[in-house]
Amino acid sequence: MTPVQAIIAKELRSYFVSPIVYVVGGVFLLTFGFLAYLYIVFTGAQAIQLMQMQGGTAQINLNDLVFRNLFASMRFVLLLILPILTMRLLAEERKLRTFEFLMTAPVRIGDIIVGKFVSVYLVFIGMLLMTTLVPLTLALFSDFDWYPVLTGYLGLTLLGGFFLAVGLFASSITENQIVAAFTSFGLLLMCWLLAGLGSLLGDTSAGQVVSYLSFMEHFDHLVRGLIDTKDLVYYVSGTVLMLFLAHRIVDSSRWK
Amino acid sequence: MIEVRNITKRYGNLTAIDRVTFRVEKGEVLAFLGPNGAGKTTTMRILTCFMPATEGSAHVAGFDCADQSEEVKKRIGYLPETPPVYQELTVFEYLSFVGKLRGLSGADLTTGMDRVMERLSLGSVRQRLIANLSRGYRQRVGLAQALIHDPPVLILDEPTVGLDPKQIIEIRELIKSLAGSHSVILSTHILPEATAVCQRVVIINGGRIVAEDTPDQLSARLRRSEKISVTLKAPPADVLDRFREVAGVEHVLATPDPHKVLIECALGKDIREEVARFAVRNDWGLLEMKPVSMTLEDVFLRLTQHEDGLSKPDTTTEINQH
Repeated sequence: MTPVQAIIAKELRSYFVSPIVYVVGGVFLLTFGFLAYLYIVFTGAQAIQLMQMQGGTAQINLNDLVFRNLFASMRFVLLLILPILTMRLLAEERKLRTFEFLMTAPVRIGDIIVGKFVSVYLVFIGMLLMTTLVPLTLALFSDFDWYPVLTGYLGLTLLGGFFLAVGLFASSITENQIVAAFTSFGLLLMCWLLAGLGSLLGDTSAGQVVSYLSFMEHFDHLVRGLIDTKDLVYYVSGTVLMLFLAHRIVDSSRWK
Repeated sequence: MIEVRNITKRYGNLTAIDRVTFRVEKGEVLAFLGPNGAGKTTTMRILTCFMPATEGSAHVAGFDCADQSEEVKKRIGYLPETPPVYQELTVFEYLSFVGKLRGLSGADLTTGMDRVMERLSLGSVRQRLIANLSRGYRQRVGLAQALIHDPPVLILDEPTVGLDPKQIIEIRELIKSLAGSHSVILSTHILPEATAVCQRVVIINGGRIVAEDTPDQLSARLRRSEKISVTLKAPPADVLDRFREVAGVEHVLATPDPHKVLIECALGKDIREEVARFAVRNDWGLLEMKPVSMTLEDVFLRLTQHEDGLSKPDTTTEINQH
């Protein structure tokens, strides 16, 4: 077992013996299920209306009416929930004085960062997999296009990874978990609001750059079923950049 | 095994340690003695590659702490001031995690874990969560963590803090048993601990090494006068001045107890008879008189107090040349 694997196993163990995963996971699944329920019922009501007006059977697009809305809402839910998962990762080590132990063990800082990131990512992916019950049950009773649903899930996976990396970075700068959580909220909200600034600036080059920096647009493409390399590059490079920054912060704390 | 040359560490304007130099041979146990804030932890953090020195060099087993930290880390077992334990893990899980981080696996890991759990009598708590363990057990788990990979160099920051007397003795026995095969540096501000387990003592104060020697020699070198403690039933107000009249008396010191005074004379002289006769003649009610030997505690106090400008410099000039 390599050190990275040992760290992943230990972090997963820590997550599952603490109540965090159960509370965060529970809230996440509840919100996902409830939102799905609302959109489905709403869509059903619309379908009945359509049928009354047109007579016969109406064609309803579940992809547009349920999944796109659902995934779009989950962006905000993830923004609220994921910082709670990541806040403990490094801040707790500093608070409980195990940080010094990790730093004096023959393990590279990169291994520590990667191990911690992978462990929380696995937790998140586990949570996400459980939500597939919604499309799977819907598939029993209706017809919809799986492709945009899958790219939507890809979008959530990439977006989640980016959020978790931001959270890990926020956790590296403080020993206070609340501060870590709020720092990642702040960073993610700012990143979100860039989209607003981008549309304000319009089609200028500055506007395009600002819009590109926000995670909104990239996510929308994926939810609509468009896999664009540009969007993949955005999420992967954003994630790597945040992990790199976390690495630099941890490394520099030795020099203080 | 450990060689520290002129290391200085500054935090901004604050100099935590100033040109600290010492060596630890293979198999030697060295005590790092000093009051809180003297720079003990800083020195240990530099040796364990937790942070680099501002100036100077530190080598462990021939590897440089700044440039070859990976190699140094592999050869060190480190117990920081607060035992670095994960409360949500059981003792077994924790030690297994530490072992894997240290690159142990398979049979090596199992034997390493069994060995430290036996040595520190952790067998009975192996399946307990660390969160539920007492301070003493956590400290032992911390020590087990430092020993699991059987490192040639051990660095222990105040290893007996928070333990009860029985546990303290056990830990000291353990450290003594490590001597010979391991090089150990332990920091402490408890003086009997240094005399009990260490072959050599480095006294550090205000970031500087103020003395370095064996515990015995350190007190012998400082024992520059004989001291007698005298208890009187009815000492006069000017008892200190009156005793100075006695031939051979060099200093008379007051003690917190108004009935007790300390009388110093030159080394090798015995003035007890004269002192007794003087007290009896003045009818002060001599209750008790006994020679006082200099303990390491006094050594320590004198050395460190001198740094604060509280004690006479003549007693420490000889020590400072180190």
